[in-house]
Amino acid sequence: MDQSIEQIYNAARTELAAASTHDHVKDISVRYLGRKGLVTQFLRTISTLPPEDRPAAGKKANEIKLKLDACIQEALLALDSKRPDQDDRIDVSLPGRPVSIGSLHPITQVTRQICDIFTRLGFEIAEGPEVESDYYNFEALNIPKNHPARDMQDTFYISENIVLRTHTSPIQVRYMEAHKPPLRIVAPGKVYRCDSDLTHTPMFHQVEGLMVAEGVTFGDLKGILTTFVHQMFDDRTALRFRPSFFPFTEPSAEVDILCVICRGKGCRVCSLTGWLEVLGSGMVHPAVFENVGYDTTRYTGFAFGMGVERLTMLKYGIDDIRKFYENDFRFLRQF
Amino acid sequence: MKVSLSWLSAYVRIPEDVSRLADALTMAGLEVEAVSDRYDYLNTVVVSRIVKIDPHPQAENLTYCRADIGGRTISVVCGAPNVRENMLVPAALPGTLLPHGAALEKSVIRGLQSEGMLCSEFEIGLGSDKNGIMQLDDALTPGTRLNQALALTDTVFEVSITPNRPDCLSMIGIAREIAAIQRARVVYPEIKLPAGRKNITELSSVTIDAPEHCPRYAAGLLENISVGPSPFWLQDRLLSVGLRPINNIVDVTNFVMMETGQPLHAFDFDRLAGNRIVVRTAADGEAFATLDGKDRLLSADMLMICDGEKPVAIAGVMGGLNSEIETATRRVLIESAYFSPVSIRRTSKKLGLSTDASHRFERGVDPAGTVTALKRAAQLMLEVGGGALVSGILDEHPAPVASKSIQLKVKDANRILGTRLTQNKMAALLESIEFKVEKQQSATLQVTPPSFRVDVERPEDLMEEIARLAGYHTIPTTFPLVPAEAKRASSILALRDLVKTLMTGLGFREIITYSFVAQDSGNRLNLPPEDPRRSLLNILNPLTDDQAVMRTSLIPGLLNTLHRNLAQQNRNIKQFEIGKIFISNGQENLPREIEMLAGLWAGSRIDLSWHAKEAECDFYDIKGVVEALLSGIQIPQIKFTQANFEAASYLRPGYCAQVSCGDQALGVVGEISPRILGNFDLKQKAFVFELSLNAIAAVAPQSKQAGPLPKFPATTRDITLIVDRHIEAERILASIRRADEEWVENLFIFDIFTGNLIPADKKSVSLRIVYRSDQKTLEDETVNQLHKSITDRLLKEFGGTLPA
Repeated sequence: MDQSIEQIYNAARTELAAASTHDHVKDISVRYLGRKGLVTQFLRTISTLPPEDRPAAGKKANEIKLKLDACIQEALLALDSKRPDQDDRIDVSLPGRPVSIGSLHPITQVTRQICDIFTRLGFEIAEGPEVESDYYNFEALNIPKNHPARDMQDTFYISENIVLRTHTSPIQVRYMEAHKPPLRIVAPGKVYRCDSDLTHTPMFHQVEGLMVAEGVTFGDLKGILTTFVHQMFDDRTALRFRPSFFPFTEPSAEVDILCVICRGKGCRVCSLTGWLEVLGSGMVHPAVFENVGYDTTRYTGFAFGMGVERLTMLKYGIDDIRKFYENDFRFLRQF
Repeated sequence: MKVSLSWLSAYVRIPEDVSRLADALTMAGLEVEAVSDRYDYLNTVVVSRIVKIDPHPQAENLTYCRADIGGRTISVVCGAPNVRENMLVPAALPGTLLPHGAALEKSVIRGLQSEGMLCSEFEIGLGSDKNGIMQLDDALTPGTRLNQALALTDTVFEVSITPNRPDCLSMIGIAREIAAIQRARVVYPEIKLPAGRKNITELSSVTIDAPEHCPRYAAGLLENISVGPSPFWLQDRLLSVGLRPINNIVDVTNFVMMETGQPLHAFDFDRLAGNRIVVRTAADGEAFATLDGKDRLLSADMLMICDGEKPVAIAGVMGGLNSEIETATRRVLIESAYFSPVSIRRTSKKLGLSTDASHRFERGVDPAGTVTALKRAAQLMLEVGGGALVSGILDEHPAPVASKSIQLKVKDANRILGTRLTQNKMAALLESIEFKVEKQQSATLQVTPPSFRVDVERPEDLMEEIARLAGYHTIPTTFPLVPAEAKRASSILALRDLVKTLMTGLGFREIITYSFVAQDSGNRLNLPPEDPRRSLLNILNPLTDDQAVMRTSLIPGLLNTLHRNLAQQNRNIKQFEIGKIFISNGQENLPREIEMLAGLWAGSRIDLSWHAKEAECDFYDIKGVVEALLSGIQIPQIKFTQANFEAASYLRPGYCAQVSCGDQALGVVGEISPRILGNFDLKQKAFVFELSLNAIAAVAPQSKQAGPLPKFPATTRDITLIVDRHIEAERILASIRRADEEWVENLFIFDIFTGNLIPADKKSVSLRIVYRSDQKTLEDETVNQLHKSITDRLLKEFGGTLPA
């Protein structure tokens, strides 16, 4: 044997210390630890030793082999952490190859947020037709023909008894006709009203909600909507419930939230009132339950509805509702 | 409705803090939408001193004045005879909105510039004197705003009254609510009438022929009345709520309507044929001239007030010219009636004529307030018009409106509200708004609402009253206890969400366009005559011609949006929309609603960058999108075949394909035909697809099942065939697939070549086949044999040759 294992090890260490590139280190690794490397050759010579010396020599040689391997890994790591050569680099500041990414319409995004909040609360999503019969859009909701409440919604007519739905509330009726309580639904969708200006478009989106069970109270309505508003905006957003009128709920309540822009100080968005009207709601009117054959002595329920455009405008600071339907890419790109 | 607090203070004490009052009304359900001061219009009217008066060179009765308005002087042309130097007068500056007229502007009067207007009392709504300009106190300082100088202030609330509360369409109605808020009482006006000489029954009569339309009609009569302008206090009241004074008699009817909520009408008694009133429905097709000077066409269900011969008023809507109060009128018949709300509303809608009166009648006036309002009007008319009362009233009351008594269980109210209010508390709240309450055993209230609360009919209506009077904020906020059960989301919802997510990943922006389009959209898409998308659902009352019918395709919306974006220099457009189309089943039926998905790509496939030159998109780009989308939904075996005109009328022939899965047609993909581009005013090429989401849902996998992964390596072999150039590549691939060789795992085309060494009617098609067995590693020789047999079969089947 020409060299002791220690000598081999020390020589390798010396060479490693001088190595300045990955290739150099790899070359050292091959020359010492490779199949025909010096350490490997040394290991093979152990079988020529007297049997009683073999275990100790073998053990030692293996230890050194492991140590050298560790040194090589360490040297590679040391090289990795050094700044690369000036010539061996690319201009990473240049843009990558373009991959285009699209976007969801802001109305879709906010509708999803609303529905997600309610589905987490156990509400199911329901949908219905956009062209509706007078019965589902009005009569079943306790809005008879020739009732002044019809003035609350400017209706597009297809014929005397067929209309473009003016709200998502007909879905309530259709759902109750097909299901028994207890139930919890939210119903998103397009609705249509004969109105067009800075704050109205003839088509817009609503999300309707309905919960019917034994023992549901007006207090529960307050609880669910408070949770919703806190999730949609934030926990600091105060709410107030104030009496209002919808033919299909009794008692009825408008829900105002503390102006998200001025936090109640009064600004242009809240018309200096500090409050923003965002939801209509109330306890389901017994006439509606009677129309779908529910037992009013047993079940109570609440319903609510909100305009998605309005919430989206508040959430994203959009000033003109018509932007939603112009679909200008410079607008859509922002969401 | 406008509510003047100074008027309101005649019936109820008004607290100092008006913004708190506004807030309290809002929280009681009477939303105060705006608070303003009715004298705000005087902000631009200032105290001015006349410093110099010259004659107007071109008009004898005009003068040309210089007026000091504090710090500067203005020139004003004036027509008042009493103008003199050093006088203090009000000067209205440009921009002032005068109560009786329009906005004041700088003007040139007979050749001279006038920078304002020196005003009479009447002109600025502070009195009835029209003769000469108003003289102000010498102690005032020029330049001071007139409302400030005269300490004029009157807060006006704009209150939004919901349709269920017609009782609040009056000062007294609002006063009642304020009284309830303040735990105070309403002071009702005192009505005292002198004894008359003759009796009305000797002079006139009322006959109701249509009691279902008119449950009650009362009339009173005044003689020797002088018709003329109202005194200032009366004009001022009307002006304070935005009504325009007309004459003393008409003004009283309007005043009483605003005070009590009961609309009244005054007839010139001597112009009533037979001096009597007949209430009946109109004759179909009859014409009638209303007070606004318009001819109205009547129909048989309209209720009319008639005299002995002819109609004299459209009941509850508007009076007629033929019985109008005029200066010469001496005898006045006052009408106070209760008309059926439905009847008045139908008439008002049919005529397209909505008035303060019809607004109240159709919501329901107080059926018991008829006579009180009549007496109040008579009292005021005597006061402002002189004359004498004819004693007695005519009060035809064929169908009395019964008073309602409602039973309310305390338990039920608490069950629905989630409250623990006591019987006593509920009773006290209801009594605060003049409900009669009898407390009964077993925690029940027997409640009789006052006659003016026409909206209260059921126990739930009482619950709302209790809740709003207690304050919604006092109801504890709770959470419902319900079973923790969940239902599965419907598959179309999940699919729609997936498609939207995939499309954005493919670089497309979602757009939402109106569901209604122009009537000629079908023509603009060149749809064949028999196409179901020609079955249009028409909107009877569209806002514009562009929104006249429900859409039967999403393509017009995409093309219009492209047009709008190109106009904004947004050049590269990748957009999609998901929405319904509507196929008519006739105007009387609900249409078929089909949910569609459409996408459009226009502009570049590759944008100019340091990596590459710009490249325009083409058919294969949009087809690639459809393939990627459907593969993202895991729909197997999509077929693209040349689409015919019936399926793809708006696509360029030869550059469009029908997309299907098995027997299920999904839609089309292709290039918009140049003619259609022209129809939408577009020059830029556009590539689109339109698929039925309902059809996709029908073929989308309902469940997924994992399969084993291959254990053995794959081997590939290529073939290049020279075949007739009209053979579709898919036919060649399909032929291989059809043979169902068990080792053919995959195959695809990697080159198509024409020209150069290839004969003109041929093309070269290169394809790669991937072979793999799930049993073993395939040996080269085995694969070569199989590949050769496939090649030979293809050559034979397609009459092809191998390249030289």
